[in-house]
Amino acid sequence: MSDTTAYQGATATPHEPGFGDYVQLLKPRVMSLVVFTALVGLLVAPVGLHPVEAFAAILFIALGAGASGALNMWWDADIDAVMKRTARRPVPDGRVQAGEALAVGLGLSGISVVMLWLATNWVAAALLAFTIFFYAVVYSMWLKRTTPQNIVIGGAAGAFPPMIGWVAATGSVSVEACLMFGLIFMWTPPHFWALALFMKEDYHTAGVPMLTVTHGRKATRAHILVYTLLLVPVALGAALTSIGGPLTLAVAVALNAWFVIGAWRIWKRDEAVAEADRYAVEKAFFRFSLLYLFLHFAAFLVEAALKSAGLGGW
Amino acid sequence: MTFRPEHDLHKRRFSRNLGVGLTLAAFVALVFALTVVKVKRGEPMQGYDHTFQPAMLPKQEAKP
Repeated sequence: MSDTTAYQGATATPHEPGFGDYVQLLKPRVMSLVVFTALVGLLVAPVGLHPVEAFAAILFIALGAGASGALNMWWDADIDAVMKRTARRPVPDGRVQAGEALAVGLGLSGISVVMLWLATNWVAAALLAFTIFFYAVVYSMWLKRTTPQNIVIGGAAGAFPPMIGWVAATGSVSVEACLMFGLIFMWTPPHFWALALFMKEDYHTAGVPMLTVTHGRKATRAHILVYTLLLVPVALGAALTSIGGPLTLAVAVALNAWFVIGAWRIWKRDEAVAEADRYAVEKAFFRFSLLYLFLHFAAFLVEAALKSAGLGGW
Repeated sequence: MTFRPEHDLHKRRFSRNLGVGLTLAAFVALVFALTVVKVKRGEPMQGYDHTFQPAMLPKQEAKP
């Protein structure tokens, strides 16, 4: 085959994906959160890993999270296509075929789990495998389209990375790992429900049974407040364990006070007021929720650094 | 006359091939580095080289 025939054949498939399209399948923004929380889980653990092992552990935890993202994009291509926020993803946009997304997801799932096992231990690998299964099957295939509690239970998938990081270092689960899990697990519902309040058209159009669609917006506001209040003891509890210290506790108190005030303000508002200022309070709460999680985990990290210098910790 | 006209498709294909190639190279390097770390630290390894190994015997038999 000459170069010219190769070119003619090639023009028949103008949407051949580039490498970046496959990277987009892995949800890089979600991966960055996974990398950060898993890294904190690994670094605050009482057992140290060799830097190469630690790097490999974080890399394969992130890759596993990316794989579950690709599986999610394969399964949810139909609803992604009708939501403004997700319509430009590689599969609904036609840049990557759904079958390719499935192949990438399955392939990377296998590689990430086996490599995490080889790099660290089987408990961490089993947890990663369960996380991928939970996100792809339990959340994406089952809960997302059937129950308004989808966010609550699906949030567990995003909560596992710091626990996996901890287990990669220590080989077992502990109270600290469970509380880091609990922190993200309880944080997820208010975070996403705030988003659902001001992105209402998206979920409604896609027919995803978000709480805002099934139980109404007033109930969603009440749920945000309740889950934010339930988050407080988990966050303070984590600060009182061996990964916490005075600094972490002070940060936790300040962040949770701020978060509860935000949730209270959301609960007090009605739709007319929210519409009038274009959901300013809900948007501010959503933005702050990102900072809330980042600062919580950053505090654990700083506390661990202080402890190693003989300053922090209880 | 050129037989290889520039086309966006070629760029995307090149970027994909380059990305996959670099990823594989990085993966090989990482596996090598992991192997070096684990071997140097002497993690549980056992060479079955037909040599008498007292450490593998039950405790009572191992005693002289």
